[in-house]
Amino acid sequence: MNIDLSRRGFLRLAGAGVAATSLGAMGFGEAEAAEAAHVRAFKLATTTETRNTCPYCSVACGVIMYSRGDVKAGETAELIHIEGDVDHPTNRGTLCPKGAALKDFVKAPLRLTQPRHRAAGASDFQPITWDEALDKIARALKDDRDANMVQVNENGVPVNRWTTTGFLAASATTNETAWLTYKTVRSMGIVGFDNQARV
Amino acid sequence: MSDTAPQPTTAAANPPVQPIAPGFDARDVVRISATSNVPQPERQLTKLAKLIDVSKCIGCKACQSACIEWNDTMPAVEENVGVYENPHDLTPDMFTLMRFAEWENPATNELEWLIRKDGCMHCEDPGCLKACPAPGAIVQYSNGIVDFIHENCIGCGYCIKGCPFDIPRISRVDHTAYKCTLCSDRVAVGQGPACAKACPTEAIVFGTKEDMVAHAETRIEDLKSRGYENAGIYDPEGVGGTHVIYVLHHADKPSIYNDLPDNPRISPIVEGWKGVTKTAGLAVMGLAAIGATLHGLFARANQVEPEDEVEAERLVETEAPQPQPREDV
Amino acid sequence: MTNSWTDIKNTDLVVVMGGNAAEAHPCGFKWVTEAKAARGAKLIVVDPRYTRTASVSDYYAPIRPGSDIAFLMGVIRWCIENDKVQWDYVRHFTNAAFLVKDEFGWADGLFTGYDEERRDYDKDSWDYKIGEDGFAEIDPTLQDPRCVWNLLKAHVDPYTPEFVENVCGTPKDRFLTICEMIGECSTPTKTMTSMYALGWTQHSKGAQNIRGMAMLQLILGNIGVRGGGMNALRGHSNIQGLTDIGLMSNLIPGYLNIPTESEPDWQSYMSSRRFAPLRPGQTSYWQNYEKFMVSFMKAMWGDAATAQNDWAYHYLPKLDVPAYDGMRMFELMNHGQVNLYFCQGFNPLLAFPDRAKLTEAFSKLKMLVVMDPLKTETSHFWQNHGIYNDVDPASIQTEVLELPTTCFAEDEGALVNSGRWLQWHWPGATPPGEAKHDTWIMAQIWTRVRQLYQDEGGVFPDPILNLSWDYADPGDPKAEELAREMNGRALETVRDPDDPTRVIAEPGQQLSGFGELRDDGSTMAGCWIYTGSWTEDGNMMARRDNNDPDDTGAYLNWAFSWPANRRILYNRASADLQGRPWDPSRKLLEWNGERWEGYDVPDIPPTSRPEDVGPFIMNPEGSSRLFSRGMMRDGPFPAHMEPFESPMANVFNPKMRGNPVARVFAADAERFATSEEFPLVATSYRLTEHFHYWTKHNPVNAALQPEFFVEISEELAAEKGIAKGGRVRIWGKRGQVWAKAVVTKRIRPLTCDGKTVHVVGIPLHWGFMGSARKGWGPNSLTPFVGDANVETPEFKAFLVNIEPASEEPVA
Repeated sequence: MNIDLSRRGFLRLAGAGVAATSLGAMGFGEAEAAEAAHVRAFKLATTTETRNTCPYCSVACGVIMYSRGDVKAGETAELIHIEGDVDHPTNRGTLCPKGAALKDFVKAPLRLTQPRHRAAGASDFQPITWDEALDKIARALKDDRDANMVQVNENGVPVNRWTTTGFLAASATTNETAWLTYKTVRSMGIVGFDNQARV
Repeated sequence: MSDTAPQPTTAAANPPVQPIAPGFDARDVVRISATSNVPQPERQLTKLAKLIDVSKCIGCKACQSACIEWNDTMPAVEENVGVYENPHDLTPDMFTLMRFAEWENPATNELEWLIRKDGCMHCEDPGCLKACPAPGAIVQYSNGIVDFIHENCIGCGYCIKGCPFDIPRISRVDHTAYKCTLCSDRVAVGQGPACAKACPTEAIVFGTKEDMVAHAETRIEDLKSRGYENAGIYDPEGVGGTHVIYVLHHADKPSIYNDLPDNPRISPIVEGWKGVTKTAGLAVMGLAAIGATLHGLFARANQVEPEDEVEAERLVETEAPQPQPREDV
Repeated sequence: MTNSWTDIKNTDLVVVMGGNAAEAHPCGFKWVTEAKAARGAKLIVVDPRYTRTASVSDYYAPIRPGSDIAFLMGVIRWCIENDKVQWDYVRHFTNAAFLVKDEFGWADGLFTGYDEERRDYDKDSWDYKIGEDGFAEIDPTLQDPRCVWNLLKAHVDPYTPEFVENVCGTPKDRFLTICEMIGECSTPTKTMTSMYALGWTQHSKGAQNIRGMAMLQLILGNIGVRGGGMNALRGHSNIQGLTDIGLMSNLIPGYLNIPTESEPDWQSYMSSRRFAPLRPGQTSYWQNYEKFMVSFMKAMWGDAATAQNDWAYHYLPKLDVPAYDGMRMFELMNHGQVNLYFCQGFNPLLAFPDRAKLTEAFSKLKMLVVMDPLKTETSHFWQNHGIYNDVDPASIQTEVLELPTTCFAEDEGALVNSGRWLQWHWPGATPPGEAKHDTWIMAQIWTRVRQLYQDEGGVFPDPILNLSWDYADPGDPKAEELAREMNGRALETVRDPDDPTRVIAEPGQQLSGFGELRDDGSTMAGCWIYTGSWTEDGNMMARRDNNDPDDTGAYLNWAFSWPANRRILYNRASADLQGRPWDPSRKLLEWNGERWEGYDVPDIPPTSRPEDVGPFIMNPEGSSRLFSRGMMRDGPFPAHMEPFESPMANVFNPKMRGNPVARVFAADAERFATSEEFPLVATSYRLTEHFHYWTKHNPVNAALQPEFFVEISEELAAEKGIAKGGRVRIWGKRGQVWAKAVVTKRIRPLTCDGKTVHVVGIPLHWGFMGSARKGWGPNSLTPFVGDANVETPEFKAFLVNIEPASEEPVA
């Protein structure tokens, strides 16, 4: 409904005098034109668009991310805005109060930016390098698995299960992350495996 | 195997990212605050409107969220005071607000949760503009958008008094007035306002006023078929009609929707003012912000003559009993 | 969802019960408003609270939390009594005519075979009579007293409108109005859709709530049709995908099962998975189980999985309990039996029940690894946040590693929506600081573990050393590589079994559908239901053609929908026994004399004759089940059960507490409250301004709903002296929280069993990290017990008390 109405509206508006020339052709820089027009310069001009999906609920609304810089071109890209994707059949450009504010989720004040380690009994985290963190984890996994892997049950049946390490998988990671996680967890014999389907 | 998956395409109806010329600009201004003899534009833009169908609204606040993101405002994290409204009122950083009313319909004994998106109505006859003493601080375009030009605003707050809907708010940061712009920057490039774009149930739609009224009629028909006999459009004549209109299930009782004025109109005092008289008029009435702001205004304008003050007093005494409290009308 | 979000526009009646779609899924709810505006559809909401969904409904009725089965059985009873049944559908497409063993019965709230000691049923009697031909016996006339239809009639008989009013607190007149509205949808040309979510699942009998509505939908003929269906509104963006890919204790991707100890070898595992048809000529598609399973084993272990070694079956762990689900793991952790725990984008300190127990359990770990884009409560469980997290860090010896991950904006891959659409997305922002993709982190951990086993040896290294890992960069597999692996490819030449000269796929080629999978090791596929998502033609999940011929809402060329790009499950049931659409104006499929054609991918072999093959091809019966045999632990029909914490006794059997077969750990049984101590019924829920525990980190959403509150009726507020906006203390058997009070007309006291029942609503979005004000989640109060079948915690019905709290709690 919104699409039809607004598209129709836009056509009439265009008929009423929207010039399809660029600001440059009119001899204005962006800022000057905005001043002359009294209206704020359109902030998405010259941004890079990327199609994505809202990470919250399972409606999976299509979104378009607007960035300064292009990830595809290998550039550093800073997200400046997110809006619903009008082409998406489910949400048709709309977004809920969470989805409409996605940019500020990506840029949340408490986003993690470096690995951290909290020692036993410590009162705070300390930075740790990725290599140190990953080696620590691999060592802990190997040691616990070697110590606690149940290879056969009391009846001598091979069971090869490991119950002293557990893994809670996410709810918003991609299928591809899920599959790699599945392979990793199962190949080690972990059975304490769950996801957020129930909560 | 390629390095990345195939790339998406983007449809024309999503916002443009290439620079394009705005569809309207200063040439389309039809009214300017504290300015007479505004030259009338050579062209008349099609009248626009945003329609808010209260019967389809689920009160989700996506409009608030989209408004914040588009306008780069950030309202404060307040507290819960026992209601769903947050922020608690319109603020210089929150141009639109869902207002919630629990109403027991005496005709049916059914509870109704009436949720109304509050914000600037973009009056055809804008009280804020008429009350504004600062030349060029408020303009109206021929498409109906009423916009504040912050560099011309003096922060006196008269626009609030002039507004029959109590909408503008003064920022404590830059001491100028803020309200919904109807996303003039989006409209200028052929997009609807951010709130309408976001609205999940399409309770907010945007287009020409003619189309919006026609759409509203279909909605009213649907509501009447569901037993809402008094469903109707809210497009109040007292302010010349508005460019933000509502569909109400109970159009005979606008005030049940969190005090939406039944018959809004500009205060006769504001209507009676001419030029700088209104500055003095508001001072006489004691309505205006006093102290430094007002002092600064007089110093800056330096145009209020004694006869203006006399005229203002006469207007206040003879023509206007009181500004209209919203609840009473 | 059996259907899709966009299909909801085709409905005539939406029933939102066990959910709050307008608040939790606003943009999906758009299709409800669309159906209302364009088709004149009606919306019914049944909920303990008058929600934002109710605010746009045509009819609302209140219900006591945890009494949904009584309501639904009451509706079924009313429909049968008033002949609101789509008879042709029921006779031909359900198991109404199947005869059930004579031993089966129900009395005093329990089905036959209950063993109180084991808290379990012997389910032998819950099955069909099998004839000498090996097929189930049926009586198409529905006259036999042992046919499912007659057993169902007897089963629902107690659920009169008066019974419903007494147990649910729903006024009789409201209940009957809803029955009449629902009953209208029993004609072939009117459909109803059910939209539900955690309001139905988060009960100790959640699965039976859903069965109740599914049965009603079958009786009305609303499964498989446009605008109908059972539509589970999944809570998270890819929880459908994570479930599809089997990230659960007992699952293998594509809803296959991890073996148990009683299945020590391949033969014993497969012997219970042959799925012979129960009626002549039926498809019984699970007969292909072995093809999917072998292809999975080949995806995991490649050349190390051979016919000779039973496809490396010994590499798979064998379970000794039904599942090591999250709650069982926290129970074990609390007993000091878990050393190392990983949380990948999951905040269990707020998401699982009984927070005090969780904190204690985490404190007994040796190491906790948290991978997340955000600083979560879980990664800070050891940190003192005053009253909001009152712990002593020095006494907690758990080592914590907090690893920064990317979020959606920075990564690439597919998410599966509630309607089973796999939609690919692309990165548009640079990760902040040192944040890394989850794929990189998992690969780094795993390759380092493999290295340790290569270097040092160790216990049973084979499944690790032989895991297939042929990625271009072993330390950083790409999304495309992983997606192609899940889809599957030919390992040897795959030929058409009917014409061996015809080659379907050459070695190395991507497969185009799961019909091409083989049980001889010539194919591999990580997740058979995703086969077809990345074919030789490319990434089907990235398709973005939004054309929709005749506006059916199918969008067949938008992304990929499992299975086989099908948009509506069981869609053959949209046509009658002869293959003609029940409603020509809502045609989905039609039999043209030779094959099925229409707007969707047929959910039946395309040349199967309509009279010969039933629409429910996954079931050996070929029909759907009103009687679910022994498939569920707590009964073949849904029967009313009270929550474990309830204001009233079970009217069928006052001695019965909760679900008689739900798993209860000993210490938790001691921590269930009675209504004498805690008289108020509490229920938890989401608010539209927030998503779970994520958006409190977002300053915008924090501004829109800043502070933890609870909702109570004006009557309860008056009784307790609680003021609107005042601070209150809510406490239960397991903890206490403080909140602001929202006093509202939208919650009203109910009358159940002659007593007044007050409901306290507890939203779930606050914690001690983020931009919003500090608060608590309802899990400080909720009981540590889950659904008997799937262990979903009972978050939706528990007992508390409330009082005014005059002072601000000291932080």
